[in-house]
Parts: sequence; C-alpha cells; structure tokens
Amino acid sequence: MQKQSLWPELLGVWTYRDFIMAAVARDFSQRYKRSFLGALWAVLSPLSMILIYTLVFSNLMQGRLFEGSSDYSYSTYLIAGLLPWALFAEMVSRGQMMFLENANLLKKAAFPKLCLPVILIIGALQNFCIVFGVFLLGLLLQGQFRGIVTLTIIPVLAIQVLFAAGAALLLATLNVFFRDVMQLTAILLQLTFWLTPIAYAISIIPASYQWLFGLNPLLPLFGAYQTVMVRGLPPDWWSLAPTVALALALNILAWAILKARFNEIVDEV
Amino acid sequence: MDSITVSGVGKAYRDYPNRWSRLREWVSLTSNVCHTKNWVVRNISFSIPAGAAIGLVGVNGAGKSTLLKMVAGVSSVSEGRIEVIGSVSAILELGLAFHPDFTGRQNARLAGMLLGHSHEEMDALMPDIAAFSEIGDYLDRPVRTYSTGMQVRLAFSVATARRPDILLVDEALSVGDVYFQQKSFARIRSYRELGSTLVLVSHDKTAIQSICDSVILLDRGRVIDQGLPAAMFDLYNALIADPSGATLNKSHAADGRSVTVSGTGQAKVSSIKILPEGSDVEAGSFIVGAQVVLEVQVVAHADIERLIFGYMVRDRLGQVVYGTNTHHTGNPLCNVKSGSKVMFRLSFSLNIGPGKYSISTALVSSDTHLDSNYEWADQAHQFEVLIGERTYFEGSTWLEPSVEVVI
Repeated sequence: MQKQSLWPELLGVWTYRDFIMAAVARDFSQRYKRSFLGALWAVLSPLSMILIYTLVFSNLMQGRLFEGSSDYSYSTYLIAGLLPWALFAEMVSRGQMMFLENANLLKKAAFPKLCLPVILIIGALQNFCIVFGVFLLGLLLQGQFRGIVTLTIIPVLAIQVLFAAGAALLLATLNVFFRDVMQLTAILLQLTFWLTPIAYAISIIPASYQWLFGLNPLLPLFGAYQTVMVRGLPPDWWSLAPTVALALALNILAWAILKARFNEIVDEV
Repeated sequence: MDSITVSGVGKAYRDYPNRWSRLREWVSLTSNVCHTKNWVVRNISFSIPAGAAIGLVGVNGAGKSTLLKMVAGVSSVSEGRIEVIGSVSAILELGLAFHPDFTGRQNARLAGMLLGHSHEEMDALMPDIAAFSEIGDYLDRPVRTYSTGMQVRLAFSVATARRPDILLVDEALSVGDVYFQQKSFARIRSYRELGSTLVLVSHDKTAIQSICDSVILLDRGRVIDQGLPAAMFDLYNALIADPSGATLNKSHAADGRSVTVSGTGQAKVSSIKILPEGSDVEAGSFIVGAQVVLEVQVVAHADIERLIFGYMVRDRLGQVVYGTNTHHTGNPLCNVKSGSKVMFRLSFSLNIGPGKYSISTALVSSDTHLDSNYEWADQAHQFEVLIGERTYFEGSTWLEPSVEVVI
C-alpha cells in the first residue's frame, strides 16, 4: 500500500491560501446571508446566552467570585469564559464534521485536503474576534478595561486553538470510520462545559471535591481568561503547562492517525 | 515523452465483515487483518504520450472513473504507481463548490480558486469566463435562479478557463444544450491542438470518435485492449452483447483493419459481396448514387427457430450511416435447418458522400442485438464511394438538387 506523504499536502495548503480565505469569507456570509440582521447575529446569539446565564446565576454567584468583586463582576467573569468556550465548542463540534460534510469535495476535487481544517480554524477565530471585540468595547465603555494586561490572553488563545484543533482533527478522522463519535462529542462537550468553572466559580464547589476539578485540563485555560479579564492579572503560566502538554499530545496523536488513514478517508466518506 | 504513465495500478476498497471488525483491527496491537480487499481495478498499465487524446471506454462499473480519479490525484492508488508530468485539470463533476445563494460571479471565483487559481488569476480570467458561458446578466444573480443548463455553462467555463497541460474529463460533456456541447467541444479540441494531453471518459461514441486518437477499453477493472476508436467501439459492442467474452474473436484483416466477431456461432456469414446492379462481378468502389446489390451468404450450423439478418453501413469514423434488419423489413426466417444455406440480397442506391465505408453484419433471433446473438461481425466488409462524374458536393448524404436560378 503506497502511503501519500502529508508534507506536500501542507505545502499545497499554502499555494491554496487564496481559496482558503475565499472559503472562510463564504462560510461567514453564508451563515448570515438572506437574513435582515446579518452579521449582527454573530453577536446576538452569544449575547442571549450571556443574558440567560446572568439571570440564572448572578444572585447565586454574587460576592462569591473573589474578595471585593463588584456588581459587574459576574457578567465580566461569565463573558470572559463563555466567549472562549463558544470558540472551543465551535471548533470541536464543527471540526469533527469537516470530512463528512465535505465528502463530495474530497471525492471529486483535486485540492489539498488539509485546507479544510485551516478554513475551519480561521473561520472560528474570525467569529471569536468579532464577539470578543464587542466585549472589549463594552468593558472600555464601563471603565472596566484592564489595559495592557489584556494582551496576555493571546498566548492563552493560541494554546486553546492548538488544543481544539488537535481534538477536532482527531474526532474528524475517527468520525469518518465510526459515526458514534458525532453523538459522543455532543455529550462530551455538554459535560465539559458544566465540569469547567465558566458559568460558576470553583469556590461554590465543596472543598473536598475541588481536587477532582483540578484534573480538568481546560480549567486552567478558562481560569486564565477570567484572571486577566476580571482581576486584571496576568495568567499563572505554570498552571497551563499540563494543558500545553496535553494539547501537543492530542495533535501528535491526531496527526499519526490522520497520516495512517489519510488515503482511506477519501474512500470511506 | 509520456505525460501520464500508469504502471501496475490497482484500487481496492476494504470490506469489513461487520462494524466491530474495523475497530478490532484498529486497536489490535498485532497486525491483525480483519478486512477483505475488494479490487475495483487491477493490473492497469498504459502510458499516454504528451499531446495525445485518449478515450476511456467501458460499461458502468468497468473502473473508468476510478482510474480517472487516481490519475487526477483525488483518490489514492492501492498498488502500483501513476506518474503525471505537467499541470492537471480534472473535470470530475461540474459546479462542485457552487452555493445557490451566491451569485454566479462569486461562485465562479471560488470554484476557480478550488482549481488552484489565485485572486489575481481569477480577476484576469473572469472576463473570459463571462464571455464563454454566455449567461449575460445572470452572472450577477444568485445561482439558485439559474437553469441547470446555465449552471453547467458557468461551471464548464470556469473549469476550462485556463489551458492545462493535461485535461481529464469525466462525462461532463454530455450535459447542457447541443449548442453549448459543441462549443465546449470546440474548446477542448483547441486545447488539444495547442498541445494539451486529453483523457476523456464517456459513453458517447460520437464524442470520443471525433476527438480521441486512441481508446482504452476497460471491462471489470481490467484493460481489455487499446487501439483506434472505431475498432475499440466494435469490441465494446461485442462485449455488451456477450458479457462473458467467451466467443469473442478479434482478428486483423489483411489491410490492417481489425475485424471483431462475436456470438454463439449457430449461424455464420460465409461471404459478403457488393455487386453493381445487373452485374455478377464484385466491385470495391462505386460512384455516388450507384445502384448496388449487397449479397450475403449465411450458413446455419444448428437448427434455428428464427433468423434475422441485420447490417449496418458505417463511415470511416465508425458512425452508422444506415442500418436495418429483416425483422424491420418483414422478412424473418423461421425453422432454419442445420446445414442449410440462405442468401440475403439487398439492393439499394449508394446515396452517400465519397469516402471509405464498412459493413457490419448481425445474425440474431429478434430485432435487438442483445437477445440470441448467433454472430455479430464488425468491419466484415469494406467498400469505397467515389465522386466520379458527379457534381462536387460536401457532406455525407447525396441530396442532389435540380438548380433553378431566377433573376
């Protein structure tokens, strides 16, 4: 069995950069085309989530986030975690479908197949930047903007994208061969959301169970966003080390499986 | 120099006995193979010289499209190797990346980039795409408002906007209206003349014969033969009539043409002659409009319940000029005894244009080629039609006018 190398594919992705950018632009406008509010929906849907969680949790959480938290704190805390979570969930849930959804393209068009994950990542980041931009603007108007320390979320974001990309690629490959992955991912994403302190603070968890939450590799990641956006402090970089290690491991595993099954994917979708 | 070299290529899909066996194979640490390989094509070898035009012909499931996809690099080979030299453009499906809500122009841009063109290249190619597709103002309307024909026009215009070194086309030419079909054909032909190598997969005999100089005939994943289009189509027809291929007999006549004979052999044509009307001396060439008699001697080698004789006159490209049989003419023969000889005498005028023609004969039990086929012979006989003293004319049919000029 002749194995096709992935490296020429990677090079091909670069020569297809114009296609990638055009496909990202199409995905974006496709989502909001033929709707009156258009791209406003990109902001409205996370906004509705934020309102719901604020209504449900703000009383419960009041004063329990950390010492001296203000009235605005819960909303800021929630949004700081919820927007990156939306990015994570989008990358994983849409990412796992990328080979199946583009089956016809994979079977009929001669193009570097690795364009698909790249389109996905850029598209998801684009959405994130829009909503996060609106969030930052809101903070600025309220005088809650934390200044230069905000920039420290960029490396945090990079780690998150690496983690999510590895997970998406792994799930997308597995999904081609085992369709149960699709159902399982939806459940896992729900579980992860509630097992990660995003809508609530870790402080409301009984102390005897907190060590369990400490095992969650996503906890330090979302904790970093919250630390920066709510308290205005740089993240605890060392706490992120296991997350980075796991993200790298996920990517290595995803690549190994993809490399071994790359040819079979086209035959199977 | 060859632009495409296919050596020992095979493609297999994996068949797993059940859903769990794939999982078992994946997680097992030993090289435990749970699947069986289903070979779609195997042991395919051929090479295509740069600038040649090749047709891939075969019944559905013969492996034509699978082979084309591997040459295009869309799917991988399971064994063997394919070497391709030069830029490749593959039209495997028209309008692949088209989205109904976007305008023709937007869709054309993205489809072009999917072929590897850059933004700047698409800017440069767009006027040509607009002109060739001839869809006018529709270019800036959403594709969902297009007719199928318009989508095909636009998609084809994009797919062939730039002349590639190698053009691979899968059945894409049989869509759209006749006008556009001819136009797209002309474009492909012009690319050929400019030096592009062409590989065409089609069931359309006319399409292949008018553009390809050689045909590769595939059947059940194997290459049966490669040769001139007319000869390969004769073989193809014989394969359809007799899928087992057991009685297929291909030989070369003295003049180099290949004669394909298939069938059960329960009846056989023993001689074919064309005589000028009123003469018993066979001739090989005739003047346009000549009155001739086609004499065909048939011998029955078994008792035959019903015998129909059919014949076709074909031009040098293998196109049928005329054909009929004794079922249609109302002369079926019943209860033919083994060993008996039958003479079919058909007289007609050769109202056809100058050129070389061949005759194919068929001995069957009903009016279709596929029922009981005693013998089918392509290129069974040849003759030539000459212009002679007739007034010069163009074309394949003699429609002699009487001319009256009024001033």
